[in-house]
Amino acid sequence: MTAPSGPATVTGPTAEIPSSTRRRRRPLTAALPTGTALVFLLPAALLFGFFVLYPMVTALTYSLYSWRGTSQESFVGLGNFVQLFTAEPYATQVPRAFAHNLLLFAGSMVVQNSVGLLLAVVLHRRRRFKRLFQVLYTMPYLVSPLVIGYLWSLLLSPLFGPVNALLKTVGLEALALPWLGDPSTALWVVVLVTAWQWVGFPLLLYGAALGGLDQSLEEAAELDGATARQRFWHITLPLLTPIIGTVSVLTFIFSMEAFPIPYALGGSTGSPAGATDVMSLLFYRTAFQSGSSNAIGTSSAIAILLFLVIFGLSVAFNRWFRRAERRLT
Amino acid sequence: MATTLAVPGTASATSRPATPPGRRTGGVRAALTSTLLWVYAAVAILPLLTMVLNSFRTNSELVSEPLGLPAEPSLAAYQEAWIEASFSTYFWNSIVVTVGSVALSTIVSLLAAYALARSRSRLMGVIEQVFVSGLMMPVFLMIVPIFYLLDAIGMVSTRTGLVLVYAAVSIPFSVFVLGTFFRQLPGELEEAARIDGAGPLRMFWSVMLPLVRPAVATVVVFRFVPIWNDFFYPLILVRDRTKYTLPVGLTTFFGEYQTSWSTLFAGLVIATLPLVVLFLLATKQIISGLTAGMGK
Repeated sequence: MTAPSGPATVTGPTAEIPSSTRRRRRPLTAALPTGTALVFLLPAALLFGFFVLYPMVTALTYSLYSWRGTSQESFVGLGNFVQLFTAEPYATQVPRAFAHNLLLFAGSMVVQNSVGLLLAVVLHRRRRFKRLFQVLYTMPYLVSPLVIGYLWSLLLSPLFGPVNALLKTVGLEALALPWLGDPSTALWVVVLVTAWQWVGFPLLLYGAALGGLDQSLEEAAELDGATARQRFWHITLPLLTPIIGTVSVLTFIFSMEAFPIPYALGGSTGSPAGATDVMSLLFYRTAFQSGSSNAIGTSSAIAILLFLVIFGLSVAFNRWFRRAERRLT
Repeated sequence: MATTLAVPGTASATSRPATPPGRRTGGVRAALTSTLLWVYAAVAILPLLTMVLNSFRTNSELVSEPLGLPAEPSLAAYQEAWIEASFSTYFWNSIVVTVGSVALSTIVSLLAAYALARSRSRLMGVIEQVFVSGLMMPVFLMIVPIFYLLDAIGMVSTRTGLVLVYAAVSIPFSVFVLGTFFRQLPGELEEAARIDGAGPLRMFWSVMLPLVRPAVATVVVFRFVPIWNDFFYPLILVRDRTKYTLPVGLTTFFGEYQTSWSTLFAGLVIATLPLVVLFLLATKQIISGLTAGMGK
């Protein structure tokens, strides 16, 4: 889905639904007759059916046909999918873009989630300026990712960029490099900028989870002489497993769908030399810039493939975390 | 606050009269965590601050002194972005599209969520599942068919087309959140209204709607932000520059004003400003919405 709102949907009220449904369904007082209910439902159903469901279904059929421009030619089954791995330029670009997405995920997990967790834990024990810090840390997350991407492209400019100027002032001249122009560093810039923007998200979620933990366990451990570090590793962290799982799955989904930041930092071709290319950019180029006559078929195949990867791995991750949770608690 | 013992790292630890000898490191640790927190605060906020400050400087200032402050704050960059680079047009388009689609999706989702929460028909359960499954659908999966759909009904490059698409993709989230709230409301209220002779529409409007107002605020804020920020849909669905929203406007602007750096900074500030206003108005909704259902 579109940018930062997604998370709240999935993590937020999910937990409340089953219990409240059960509670409210028993008394028959507030029932609405099905006819009336359908009338209430109609506007949303029309809009959703027309602009979401219908496109979803057609996207699937698009991927199974070969195309000449905008006219559907013949049914090719999985031919478009096979092409992604056998025909150039896709055979080189698909694995490369996919690897970059995975790297983005790994980088986000290491940088953004561990920094987020560290800051959340430190903030949790703090009273002074707690709210101020929370707001400051969350600020980048609230700005449009496209704006963030463009902002960093300016800040890192070799001509007038304050970042390199700062490095020179503090005597780190050797580090004042054209970070975005060099294929070997450009992807790391994407990873770090993404992580920098997103830190506020795990921070808020972990902060809320820490606030909801039962304090008595930790207090008991403290009385038993456990050090702060022991308490963190053996009590707090295991109790946080469910929320760490949620954050990881969401990070995975967002990393796979990353678009605005790579677009702003490397353009639609993932410059320099495809070093910042990711799946969504590849999809965008294939669908709207390739000029290939089978653009619709190929791009739909990319979209479906990506969707299956995201969906399949998210479900697998979720399972794995649920099991880890049960083992730990 | 009923914390039992001084936890190392709390600022108040230092003020306690009899610090046990083993805890002498507490002060050092508190200083360390404080430093960490302030350093990261600088890391988080300085780039954004630079964006604002640099938008008030001139190009030559930016080159000669990349780290300087605005010597004589100038609004020339804003003037250039707003008038010459047509940010006024983009801004207006963004307002129309965002407000229109958030309003439309909230209204239809309110009606739908109420129906889903208060009906016990099995069909409704299935419909709700279909709606909520929309939460997982990536945008690029639907974009090509949506483009041809809009093309077929003559709505490519129109604000109406964008409003309809954004409203439709917002429905899963809005129905989900609003449905949860409707379910938490006691049925007795409606029962009383029914006995007083209120019809379903009346009941919805006069009894239920005032009660879900906090949820409506959450939904509005949480749909406003991604729609305002989104640039994928308009990048593809809008081919006419006069109908560009701010984010797509930014992409062409960055191509054309490559060397007019302060203007670029000003453009970024303009694109961000409405969100700052929204956050100031709705900080509470944002923080509580982000962490809903997770304790305090």
